[in-house]
Amino acid sequence: MEVATFLVQCLNALQYGLLLFLVASGLTLIFGIMGVINLAHGSFYMIGAYMAYALAPMFGGSFMVTLLAGLVLAIVLGYLLEWGFVSYLYQRDHLQQVLMTYGLILVFEELRSILVGNDVHGVAMPPFLAGSIALGDLMQYPVYRLAISGVCLAVAAGLYLVIARTRLGMMVRAGSTNREMVQSLGINIKFLYRLVFAAGVALAAFAGMIAAPVSSVYPGMGAQVLIICFVVVVIGGIGSVRGAFLAAILVGIVDTFGKVLFPEIAGIAVYLLMAAILLWKPEGLFRQG
Amino acid sequence: MQKTRLFTALAAAAVLALPAGDALAQAGKLKVGFMLPYTGTYAALGAAIENGFRLYVNEQGGKLGGREIEYVNVDDESQPAKGADNVNILIKRDKVDVVVGTVHSGVAMAMAKVVKETGTLLVIPNAGAVAITGPMCAPNIFRTSFSNWQPGYAMGVVAAEKGYKKVMTITWKYAAGAESVGGFKEGFEKGGGKVIKDLTVPFPNVEFQALLTEIAAAKPDAVYTFFAGGGAVKFVKDYAAAGLNKTVPLYGAGFLTDGTLKAQGDAAQGLLTTLHYGDGLPVAKDKSFRAAYQAAYKMPPDVYAVGGYDAAQLLGIGLVAVKGDFSKKADLYKAMGAAKIDSPRGAFTLGKNHNPVQDLYLRKAEGLENKVIGVAVKALADPGHGCTM
Amino acid sequence: MGTIGINSPRFVLPLAALVLLALFPLVSTGFYLGFVNKVMILAIFALSLELLVGMAGLVSLGHAAFFGIAAYATLLLSPEYAAANFFWLLPATVACAAAYAVVVGALCLRTRGVYFIMVTLAFAQMAYYVFHDTPLGGGTDGIYLNVKPVVALFGITLIDIGRPLTFYYVVLASLAGVFLFLAVLLRSRFGRTLVGIKSNEQRMRAAGFATFPYKLAAFTLAGALAGLAGFLVAVKDGFVNPEMLSWHESGAVLLMLILGGIGRLGGAVLGAFAFALLQLFFQWDVVFGDFSRHWQLMLGGTIILSVALMPNGLIGLPAQWRARRSRAGEADARG
Repeated sequence: MEVATFLVQCLNALQYGLLLFLVASGLTLIFGIMGVINLAHGSFYMIGAYMAYALAPMFGGSFMVTLLAGLVLAIVLGYLLEWGFVSYLYQRDHLQQVLMTYGLILVFEELRSILVGNDVHGVAMPPFLAGSIALGDLMQYPVYRLAISGVCLAVAAGLYLVIARTRLGMMVRAGSTNREMVQSLGINIKFLYRLVFAAGVALAAFAGMIAAPVSSVYPGMGAQVLIICFVVVVIGGIGSVRGAFLAAILVGIVDTFGKVLFPEIAGIAVYLLMAAILLWKPEGLFRQG
Repeated sequence: MQKTRLFTALAAAAVLALPAGDALAQAGKLKVGFMLPYTGTYAALGAAIENGFRLYVNEQGGKLGGREIEYVNVDDESQPAKGADNVNILIKRDKVDVVVGTVHSGVAMAMAKVVKETGTLLVIPNAGAVAITGPMCAPNIFRTSFSNWQPGYAMGVVAAEKGYKKVMTITWKYAAGAESVGGFKEGFEKGGGKVIKDLTVPFPNVEFQALLTEIAAAKPDAVYTFFAGGGAVKFVKDYAAAGLNKTVPLYGAGFLTDGTLKAQGDAAQGLLTTLHYGDGLPVAKDKSFRAAYQAAYKMPPDVYAVGGYDAAQLLGIGLVAVKGDFSKKADLYKAMGAAKIDSPRGAFTLGKNHNPVQDLYLRKAEGLENKVIGVAVKALADPGHGCTM
Repeated sequence: MGTIGINSPRFVLPLAALVLLALFPLVSTGFYLGFVNKVMILAIFALSLELLVGMAGLVSLGHAAFFGIAAYATLLLSPEYAAANFFWLLPATVACAAAYAVVVGALCLRTRGVYFIMVTLAFAQMAYYVFHDTPLGGGTDGIYLNVKPVVALFGITLIDIGRPLTFYYVVLASLAGVFLFLAVLLRSRFGRTLVGIKSNEQRMRAAGFATFPYKLAAFTLAGALAGLAGFLVAVKDGFVNPEMLSWHESGAVLLMLILGGIGRLGGAVLGAFAFALLQLFFQWDVVFGDFSRHWQLMLGGTIILSVALMPNGLIGLPAQWRARRSRAGEADARG
């Protein structure tokens, strides 16, 4: 592989990894802070993408406004879902959580089918990002993909700042280590959990929305992203946003170069990576934090 | 408690009522069982097929060969793993006379295997698996759509005529993709070209960036592809975004641009594809078909609706020949095999392997239509390797 | 919890079920015979997972891998146009499943809790992609069995499993055999050690038990039994497909367990029947008309409700009902 091609493939890997991070960060926060396995997390990604498609005509096709509206809706959805459904899962064991959220996936998929149908849809990119820039004379790279990577990096930085440097982040971190202690210190843990869950949903939906112009909107998209996200979270360490970041980049690299260099085992490569890391570090790369 | 009692009662009722379902069968009516995707990515295609079939039957006054038609349906969810079970629901529980389906080739193969054992008549309105009219062919299995090989071969011939020498192919790693690419290779290399590399993406993955970079690095004369549905939308858009549509021309089997042009937008304009149907056909039957379909269903028909419509036509021709006597199986199959179908795509006949022998059109994507600009190959028959009929 | 029948021999219910299933062919048509046959095979699959989840307390989200591997092995080891012999094919396919189980178990059992769930899923996905992406099987479209195996010794066919009715009784016998085997295993020292590990592993270790070999043995045995189910389904349908190893399949069998009730062998069998019937029921357009297209919505809702309201599954309903009645009775007495 020539240097130019190699560098472009690195860019591809990074972009894929960063988008994965956005979805996986929500999952790891929910997992780590609230101890809830949520199989329906992929569905939030799908909901985000479908919102980008369905809401666009309402705002005259303005992508930015649609994004904002979708974000607000996602937060509301997350809030309501936690209040009405997820809060019943805390007392239950992992198996019951797995199964109840599996039932939730089916419900979401069918609701989507009833409300929006089963067709494949495209979402228009915002015009100011729709161009491509030339990478030497090899090929052109879509500006929008670079923009996605930039946004994901910004969100990652934002998440880090909130969790590591703010009081809210401190409460979140404390709540994940010792729920009862935090409650006895007078912090409203229920509200905290609701917030974290809503944030997780919003992150996944946001990822779906910004990915929609490049990935097209179709029924199976939630399931596809879900499994990979679990791999990312497990490799990175449950509850660790830092870990999810590193793991997402790793998965992006393994997946991209696997497809190019070893197409036969490309599908297995990511799982081999996960198995290898778990055997070396059974709790993932990083502990909580 | 009330809840558990209600649940138990419902469960008991369900179990007891199950065998009673088939007592509803009536004499005189011919039962057609649709096994189509009513959920999932292909749901719109399943709906179009059923619409097309029903349109033809309604045009004949609800009867084929003097027999009134009643319908049953089963959702195959495009899952090959459940194919055998689902088709058995139609054949053994609902006791249908004819099975019509489906879209996904893997499911169709499962159906073909079962009907070979039970002897039930199967008419396939879409699934293009080559094996069904190849090694798995049978007197009671008919197809009114195409085989995956046909559009590929036709495009291969076109590409060779255009003078290309080195072409790369890219598709999903599954039977339909492999068969389409195989057809292309045969047509292209017969015309003096060479396929330098076959790229594949695991099905139904849609991350193409890495392979698009490969294509850009290799700089072939052209690229041939087979994708459908969501994958087709994404691929065409990604191809354009990478600037490849200006440097390496893209060709595909018709499904690349069928039903996807709106989602693909500018990226698909000007794309050349081959298929047995298209827009702007100078065929009188097509004009009347489109008008009737639009009036009945408030939306334009597509190639899938044509497959369903022609499936009903084929069945109708056979039933007329045996004057509605469905028990005369040998005569029925003979009549169907010899049928000349007046299809919206143009008239076609069936080969010995019961696959359509038809014109493959070359189409160009213009606006929201795939305009037919010529005939790629006339009266193309699938070779039916391995079929012993 | 933990009502695994150590103290009382619950023979009546399983025996009654066995008799019912044995008499079923007398009242059913071809379709339902095949349907119940399939469900019995799924019941064996569910029983194998019950050993893991219910007895040993190991929640695996990758159990379908062993089911699928045995099914593929059945097809890949059979000659293309001749019949294989049942007596070596069955042990060979079960051995394949068990081999993968011992390797996966050895690696996965080093992790715990939710990590264990995820690693089992990962290994199942690996096996899935091996069949999905490589030319080993037929890729996504699967492969077909052309000739069913024969049950023959020294050239004489003992049982013709090509006939649906005969095969039905072979499957019924297998189900009864597996049920009996697990019931005996439960009462054995091995079984009771497993139960002890499930309730408190640290205490078992303190008592001097090396827990890892027991867990590994349970994992391998569960994989082997799932392999038996896989072999039977491959012979019945004559067709295998990578989706048999998907996480949907692993999720479905877990669902069967929780529907029926975890911790009881009868629960696994009941759950398998309940799940299959529910799916069939919700897709029945005679009852639901056009809405039957959205049967997954009803199934999803039912799953959520049943997990929420029936934590002990269907088989635990009588006990749940009795407990509520007695509590109501107490309240009245205190009244």
